[in-house]
Amino acid sequence: MMDDSVHSPDDALQPDASRSSNTVTVSLTINGEPVTLEVEPNVVLLDALRERLDLTGTKKGCDHGQCGACTVLIDGHSANSCLTLAVMHEGCEITTVEGLARDGQLHPVQEAFLEHDAYQCGYCTAGQMMSTVSMLNDKRIGSDDASVKEAMSGNICRCGAYKNILSAVQSARAKA
Amino acid sequence: MRNFDYQRAGDVAEATALHGNDHSADFIAGGTNLIDMVKLDIMRPERLVDVNRLPLTGIESLDDGRLKIGALVTNTDLAYHERVLADYPVLSEAILTGASTQLRNVATTAGNVMQRTRCPYFRNPARPCNKREPGSGCGALEGINRNHAVLGTSDQCIAVHPSDMCVGMQALGATLTIEGPGGTRDIPFEDYHLLPGDTPEREHDLNDGELITHVTLDAPIDGARGHYLKLRDRMSYEFALASCAAVVALDGDAIREARIALGGVGTKPWRSHEAEAALSGQPATEETFQKAAEAAMAGAVAHRDNAFKIPLAKQAIVRALATVTAQS
Repeated sequence: MMDDSVHSPDDALQPDASRSSNTVTVSLTINGEPVTLEVEPNVVLLDALRERLDLTGTKKGCDHGQCGACTVLIDGHSANSCLTLAVMHEGCEITTVEGLARDGQLHPVQEAFLEHDAYQCGYCTAGQMMSTVSMLNDKRIGSDDASVKEAMSGNICRCGAYKNILSAVQSARAKA
Repeated sequence: MRNFDYQRAGDVAEATALHGNDHSADFIAGGTNLIDMVKLDIMRPERLVDVNRLPLTGIESLDDGRLKIGALVTNTDLAYHERVLADYPVLSEAILTGASTQLRNVATTAGNVMQRTRCPYFRNPARPCNKREPGSGCGALEGINRNHAVLGTSDQCIAVHPSDMCVGMQALGATLTIEGPGGTRDIPFEDYHLLPGDTPEREHDLNDGELITHVTLDAPIDGARGHYLKLRDRMSYEFALASCAAVVALDGDAIREARIALGGVGTKPWRSHEAEAALSGQPATEETFQKAAEAAMAGAVAHRDNAFKIPLAKQAIVRALATVTAQS
């Protein structure tokens, strides 16, 4: 997947100065809370979360849909938040890693990642956990290791913690 | 990423009216390919018309046995749809070998049909590319071309078509329904993607302001089985080096009807009528499969790094046919 394409700098929040301000109002639900944003059309959901709402648990890795660090749930399904515009999500329910724990209690997927030591540097972990939550009760994805690996293949771990990530996912699914 | 104006359409008529046959406007659905392209500065829309609210999310069984798929059906929903699993397993397999869970959850049926090549020369504005900038030359012809096409190439472009889903559809046969300023029209799926020839910038038979609204699969071939075999550098989340969609109906030990389409080797999702002719009426044996594979790849042209794709594709064809006929 990785190619030698030129990656543009992290400039999503610096709209083309030659264009007049063209912000759009978008209302959505983030981790159960109603949120109204005033954003330029070119702000991807990832940048809206991190830069406008201070929800920095969702990470920016490749910014091109190749690494999965930015995975969030959109209406319950995992998605790359770097490849979707915030303005496209009027009325949608977004869940980020900050929305997993409830009332001081970790989500079962967070518990499983802790228990299985399913991370090293931790940069990909939020994305890994969001993909796991998305497939927790998805019976279309088989319970064997090969099926789980395939379903999780959109989440890259540069440290190579895959063995323990797989254990954590399997453990969380078995208990779900 | 450069900025653009944004408009949200509620129905098909509003979407085509908002687009208004404007060369600088694009429709956006899932956006997984388009936003990547805008970030790379390869696509530079001045205006995006969001079609995600259009009522094109359904899958409908028609009375004549065909399956009508709304343009906005996600790759995930299409792959797991009960009619697709039952009657078009080759399509389900093809979709599920492509991309990642996150991308399949968002990418749409029509968006997949519209997706652009992954050629690194096309994706890098600093390199020459006749597809991106007609007349600038082709960096891949004399460059690093291990992943490039061996079928349907020209001296202007050897970019490979990246889709798996389209290869499944090519084997099954399908019709695209297109809505635009000139009204509604249907075109055969096979005629939609264009060979590069002297105009590699023209990738498909779609005019400004036209929108794909449906993909309708042909009725399943009676008694046919299907299989999609994808060969790639790693087991998951990787584009095909060579892939084969095989749909075969047997009559005893003989092949009554066969459909063969190839991915990873063509400049468009590649239907091989030559392979199908070599299979029709013949015994379902490895010898027959070998002849079909030779016929499919007879016109292949290799460049410096991709000659391996020709035997690889032949092996994919033989193995896909062996698998699909062994199921009976």
